[in-house]
Amino acid sequence: MKRSEAVLARLQGARKAYGKVVALEGVDLALHFGELLALLGPNGAGKTTAIALLLGLIRADAGQVSLFGMDPQRIQARRNIGVMLQNAALPATLRVGELIRLTSSYYPAPRTLHESAQLAGVGDLLRRPYAKLSGGQQRRVQFALALCGRPRLLFLDEPTVGMDIEARRKVWAAIRHLIAEGCSIVLTTHYLEEAEALADRVCVMARGKVVSEGSVDALRARVSLKRVRCMTRLEPSFVRQWPEVVEADLDNGHLSISTDTAEALVRRLLDADAGLSALEVRAAGLSEAFTELTRDAGEASTDQREAA
Amino acid sequence: MDTIRPLILSESASAPMPIGRVARAYLQETRSECLRYLRTPSFLLPTLLFPSVFYLMFGIFLGHSNGADAPRYLLAAYSTFGVMAPGLFGFGVSLAAERESGLLMLKRALPMPPAAYLLGKMAMAMIVATMIACLLLAMALFLAHVPLSGAQIARLLVTEIFGVLPFCALGLLVGTLIKGAGAPGLINLVYLPMAFLSGLWFPLSIMPKVLQQIAPALPSFHLNQLAQSAVGLGQTSPLPHVLALLAFTVGFLLLAMRRLRRYG
Repeated sequence: MKRSEAVLARLQGARKAYGKVVALEGVDLALHFGELLALLGPNGAGKTTAIALLLGLIRADAGQVSLFGMDPQRIQARRNIGVMLQNAALPATLRVGELIRLTSSYYPAPRTLHESAQLAGVGDLLRRPYAKLSGGQQRRVQFALALCGRPRLLFLDEPTVGMDIEARRKVWAAIRHLIAEGCSIVLTTHYLEEAEALADRVCVMARGKVVSEGSVDALRARVSLKRVRCMTRLEPSFVRQWPEVVEADLDNGHLSISTDTAEALVRRLLDADAGLSALEVRAAGLSEAFTELTRDAGEASTDQREAA
Repeated sequence: MDTIRPLILSESASAPMPIGRVARAYLQETRSECLRYLRTPSFLLPTLLFPSVFYLMFGIFLGHSNGADAPRYLLAAYSTFGVMAPGLFGFGVSLAAERESGLLMLKRALPMPPAAYLLGKMAMAMIVATMIACLLLAMALFLAHVPLSGAQIARLLVTEIFGVLPFCALGLLVGTLIKGAGAPGLINLVYLPMAFLSGLWFPLSIMPKVLQQIAPALPSFHLNQLAQSAVGLGQTSPLPHVLALLAFTVGFLLLAMRRLRRYG
């Protein structure tokens, strides 16, 4: 058995409801050694609940949750993890260096202050009070707190929200560095390019369920959609009535169409507009794959409601 | 096979953290909590100014018109009034704010020893209580010239420094009941009537009989009795009051823990 098959954290048949709202409906999820798992899904899909279960912040109504083979509410389990949550206001009057030193003190073998600060790109901010930092700088400080304990598993919830492109690239570089060190990462993100750039495995959630799990390539391949782009006088509203068309929009003066039968669509397009130009057919990106997967899940649950 | 592997991993994962490092976590948490509030003038200034200004006005400028023992009586009463604040506000307002802002959630996800969180805030409240007691004692000794023996000074200090604890527990409980910006208002609704009803502003003896009977149900009444006897004005034995305060502390703490465990 390969080392990469070792499971660091796992949800088995996890179910969680808040009153009548079911947030997770029997989710299975395993996080393996050395991988970056991206958790994607629209708001309300259950990503945050899944993470909260793995961190021991809430208890599952049914099913098993384990972190390093233990109950995540045990502090021994959590000494192996680093955490960056989406909304956490840190004490405003503490300086960056003090915050890092405090968080490091929770761990058995943390990095040095200097090393944590360098990795997260906050080396020049150590003496600044947290409240005086910009939103992007505060995010980087939170990233420093997540990695300062030399965790074996890192939870990053929307880590690059509010960062400019350069800062985002720096965080990506740091994430790759951590993975090279043998750290495993669970990442939730709204930026598909972030998942595409970093993830070994992508898990798509919708309506409290895992609707797809696999490599980025496998996820793309699972989706039959192709993207057809061209310059044409045809209106999106007209094209949308064709059976081959899943979605059609104007994009920079180009007509952009999602379809699962590209050949038939192209034939019909050329018939309808002989003057059509700049024709382009592409395989779906993660973005199309994501749209299709979560749309299917939506339709499935509508069907259920109709049947019931 | 998958079920075996996590067990192997967990062995190295659960290697105990050295005691020295655990102690460091407690120290760092305490240090951060103290620094954080000592750097927040909107917390520290009212907490220090209210009891000292009251004492200056009613205990010193107007004190002697109320009888020879007034500055002595009010030293104990306003010290008690003063140390209630860091407990109630330090715990209540900060817990309510931290539950709202997500900081408590982050700390619960991190491997912070849960007791360090409470001990850090407790230490902060006790340090501020020390500052208040010292401030009022200095005013009593050098402005009002209240004759106090060394033993009386020491006993008042110890009473007030540990006397902050039941109010920490009460603050914790209030902090679990309310989130965010509503907390200071609610805590004032607890704080000010409690101070009045325990005879911290006017002696209980001049108040209606009904109010005199309610007073022993309040922790501040018992702390005031202990403080009065520390400065040489009490006739009662301190033990029942110490036990009452202990019971309040444990009771509030248990209720707060139950709520925190349930609702986070």
